[in-house]
Amino acid sequence: MSTTIEEAPKGAKASQKYFGRAMKRVEDPRLIKGIATYVDDLKLAGMLHAEFVRSPHANAKINSIKTDGAKKLPGVVAIFTGADVNDKLGTIPCATPLPGGKSPDHKVLAGARAYFVGHPVAIVVAETRAIARDALDLVEVDYDPLPAVIDPEKALEKNSPLTHPELGTNIAFTWSISGGDVESAFKEADRVLKIRLIHPRLTPMAIEPRGCVASWHAGESSLTLWTSTQIPHLVRTLLPGLIGIPENKLRVVAPEVGGGFGSKLNLYAEEVVISHLAIRLNRPIKWIEGRRENAAATIHGRDQIGDHEIAIKKDGTVLATRCKAIVDVGSYCQLLTPAIPTLTGIMLCGCYKLKAVQMEVTGVHTNKMSTDAYRGAGRPEAAYIIERVMDLVASELGLDPVQVRLKNMPEPTEFPFQTATGLQYDSGNYQAAFNKARELADWPNLLKERDTARKAGRLFGIGLSTYVEICALGPSKTMAAGGWEWGCVRIEISGKVTVITGTTPHGQGQETSFAQIAADRLGVPIEDIVVLRGDTATAHFGRDTYGSRATALGGTAIVMSIDKIIEKTKTLAAALLKSTPEKIEFEDGKFFVSGEANNELGWGQLASEAYVAKNLPPGFEPGLEASSFFEPPNCTFPFGTHIVAVEVDRDTGQVKILKYIAVDDCGKQVNPLLVEGQVQGGIAQSIGAALMEKTVYDENGQLLTGEFMDYAIPRAADIPDYVLGSTETPSPSNPLGVKGVGEAGTIGATPAIANAVIDALSPLGIRHLDLPFTPERVWRAIQENGGGS
Amino acid sequence: MNAAAFDYVRPATLDEALEHLAKHGEDAKVLAGGHSLIPAMKLRLSQPRVVVDIGRIRDLHSMSERDGKIAIGALTTHYEIESSDFLKRSCPLLPEVAGKIGDVQVRNKGTIGGSCVHADPAGDWPAAMLALDAEFEIGSPRGNRTVVAKDFFVDMLTSAVQPDEILKFILVPVTAQTTAYVKFAQKASGFAIAGVAAFVDKARKEVALGVTGVAAKAYRAAGVEAALRGLELSAATIATAAQKAADGIDPLSDIHASAEFRAHLGRVQAKRALELAASRG
Repeated sequence: MSTTIEEAPKGAKASQKYFGRAMKRVEDPRLIKGIATYVDDLKLAGMLHAEFVRSPHANAKINSIKTDGAKKLPGVVAIFTGADVNDKLGTIPCATPLPGGKSPDHKVLAGARAYFVGHPVAIVVAETRAIARDALDLVEVDYDPLPAVIDPEKALEKNSPLTHPELGTNIAFTWSISGGDVESAFKEADRVLKIRLIHPRLTPMAIEPRGCVASWHAGESSLTLWTSTQIPHLVRTLLPGLIGIPENKLRVVAPEVGGGFGSKLNLYAEEVVISHLAIRLNRPIKWIEGRRENAAATIHGRDQIGDHEIAIKKDGTVLATRCKAIVDVGSYCQLLTPAIPTLTGIMLCGCYKLKAVQMEVTGVHTNKMSTDAYRGAGRPEAAYIIERVMDLVASELGLDPVQVRLKNMPEPTEFPFQTATGLQYDSGNYQAAFNKARELADWPNLLKERDTARKAGRLFGIGLSTYVEICALGPSKTMAAGGWEWGCVRIEISGKVTVITGTTPHGQGQETSFAQIAADRLGVPIEDIVVLRGDTATAHFGRDTYGSRATALGGTAIVMSIDKIIEKTKTLAAALLKSTPEKIEFEDGKFFVSGEANNELGWGQLASEAYVAKNLPPGFEPGLEASSFFEPPNCTFPFGTHIVAVEVDRDTGQVKILKYIAVDDCGKQVNPLLVEGQVQGGIAQSIGAALMEKTVYDENGQLLTGEFMDYAIPRAADIPDYVLGSTETPSPSNPLGVKGVGEAGTIGATPAIANAVIDALSPLGIRHLDLPFTPERVWRAIQENGGGS
Repeated sequence: MNAAAFDYVRPATLDEALEHLAKHGEDAKVLAGGHSLIPAMKLRLSQPRVVVDIGRIRDLHSMSERDGKIAIGALTTHYEIESSDFLKRSCPLLPEVAGKIGDVQVRNKGTIGGSCVHADPAGDWPAAMLALDAEFEIGSPRGNRTVVAKDFFVDMLTSAVQPDEILKFILVPVTAQTTAYVKFAQKASGFAIAGVAAFVDKARKEVALGVTGVAAKAYRAAGVEAALRGLELSAATIATAAQKAADGIDPLSDIHASAEFRAHLGRVQAKRALELAASRG
């Protein structure tokens, strides 16, 4: 079912649409050839290099920091501790604080205490990176290690040590949602099921770690910050206040970014202190994160524990769920930390008609790195919860998991669908995706295969997940810094087209897909279009890339801009064709007087006239450029069905994925090849989360999964052949009808794999097992249930 | 990350290399394929003052027959062993083990000698070396000496090779096709949680089993070997004997596998290795 790649035909006629075509990415050649420019490729004259002294303790009092020896090392320029910089800088922001939340001031460097392993304690600036690294070993920090707060449940006990004693509590925030009449739904229930579901802490592990270069232009009193980020615009919004320069004196550039997955959706202490010191030392400074630093000091994801109660009817109707959840937020609330569990809460209905939902969240401070958005960000938790629940309901009632799901789904006619949590699902046809996935999986034969395998004593399981997620975040009223998106289109004097997006693609391929959208709308060959992104000096506004928002919102802003240009150009064409704007038609890149198609003007001629400006009609502003802000009326709600068949090795606990079928509906697809890539990558990360990934701190708060030798991520050989399909239910939330697909795989896949593994183990009487299904965990469950060979 | 500063020498001959080692003693480290030393240096777990790169010493880069045995130069890469038709015919356990080491990049650069001298408790080669009763020819300023496999792997990350010595050749017997290596790999690193190399001698009704990954150093599964001595191999005899694969062993325990699970996997892999080896002839 893999997508067939269609090359753009050379000299294609404009009428051959690009939208919907599986085209190779224009980004790929530079990436494959190794000639792309990442932060670490930047070399500026006089550039210094920084390295951070980081706490080796999870919780420690810092008695003293001696830097004399390190400063003597030839090539060391300066060393700064918290005492040298903290009072000159603002604190690291959390954009989504919750009412009543208690969080400490998040200073850029540790002060009197270090709160997690990897906490930056001091910064060394030197002529080379090697010298900076050598100097780290010469900085003497006198620590008094203190008992670490590690287990978030124990952290809530009365006698627990406190992560931040000055707060008097380990509770960072509480949040709750209650939709529908929860109490009466539970009264109406025939049975109430209970289950604890755990979402392990995960390390995003972008292949390119973080890094930045800051350069102060003393003559202009302005700063340029190149940083490996998903959000240059949000950094430009947040950073000026922290370092005390005006916003219009700051340019932020995200050059090529080698993976983000939410881990670069933050303003980090390192970016702030490097910016500050570039000004203070009046020299450019580069900092590149090492892998172990990345594992320890870049945000982690997930880490939720939920105790769930599910009200059900005997016929399989799921009436309501309620849960108490604990979220381990780590030592500080980073940019979006408190928002993540709220996304879980609002998505708990999944694609089902629950009458009521309640969730009470307690965010807990521990001596670990902060948790924040990791691909899916709250929605994988919700999908996992409701999809495990559907299987539990089926197994408790002896019903078919297919029928339980179908019974609880809204019909296509019920859209827009109002959920108990207050969302309006924009459009959907869950049954269509569900049925198509079962067709692709050859469902009846798959069941027979399972029967045959089980009769032979094999542990063979089939798992389903029918997910829905929330994308295109999101109307501004729900977003701290606005949820609009900006785009700009310029027809250059030569007729070539420059498209500028306020989103910040970092692997998603929008240099290609936005060019496809623009080429169709303008009626020009795609080769004539360049898409610029990621530089606040060229993309004047933007809310960047996260929450699978870029195509739905950024793409629409581009379309709006093109429509403005076309309208304007009609006036010019009318003057040149001696007609009136109302009579001008635009088709395939040509302007002509209605009924006189043989007398037409193209973009080349019109752009030349617009800029040379000798024959402009009265009042016509020179130039052909327009920009637009798109404010979406609603989010989008992509959905789909994933089906997995697995076999478990009874002797070793090893899980093998035998079949993987996914049908995703992300609305209209601009480029099916990019959609497939996103789905494939997302499923791969889900395979990691389901089978191998877990961030482990020991009881002293030491990080035991600090590098790829100990933190497993899936490799090519772990990925099964995917059978991929799609359905297409356009979104009414934007004129393109697109929904977003960047996170679908990480949301839909984990529960499908989990359900398959637990189905495989079900003949042994196993009802549930927590993620990840590592061999030892599975083997132990088999042993405990008498299933060993 | 950056390694600490070090001097680098690249001798052209073994004698020259030994001179460097004699001169610098414990301050020097031998660099072969670099797949253990370089990561350790980048993490500053290892900070040698002098790196002696022996990679260009041609004599150590060879495979040949010597007195009815096979002599493999210490600098032979995993890939060269994996792809050697000569070895596939004469000692097929070696190409099978080599093909299960790391990934393509590691196999292209990493060497059998470097890996053995590093003596990682989860490395693949020690299992095969023990099962084959390999001999290690070690050069030093005092001349050559030969150490047998059971004495070569001394402890975790410690082999019999002293700081002023260089491993030159590994000698293994010509064997039948009845050998096998099975590995249960740690998911992140690819190293063995339990790797078992089996050598079945059907004529003499004897088996030899080397086990890696389970304990602080690789070992011979003597209990299994004794239990099968003189017996016809069958599913039943193998299954019973394999139960002894971790007897008397103090298994390692970490976040990837508890001691109990490691010992269990040692038994499972012993059974699978024996079944596979026996099925091959």
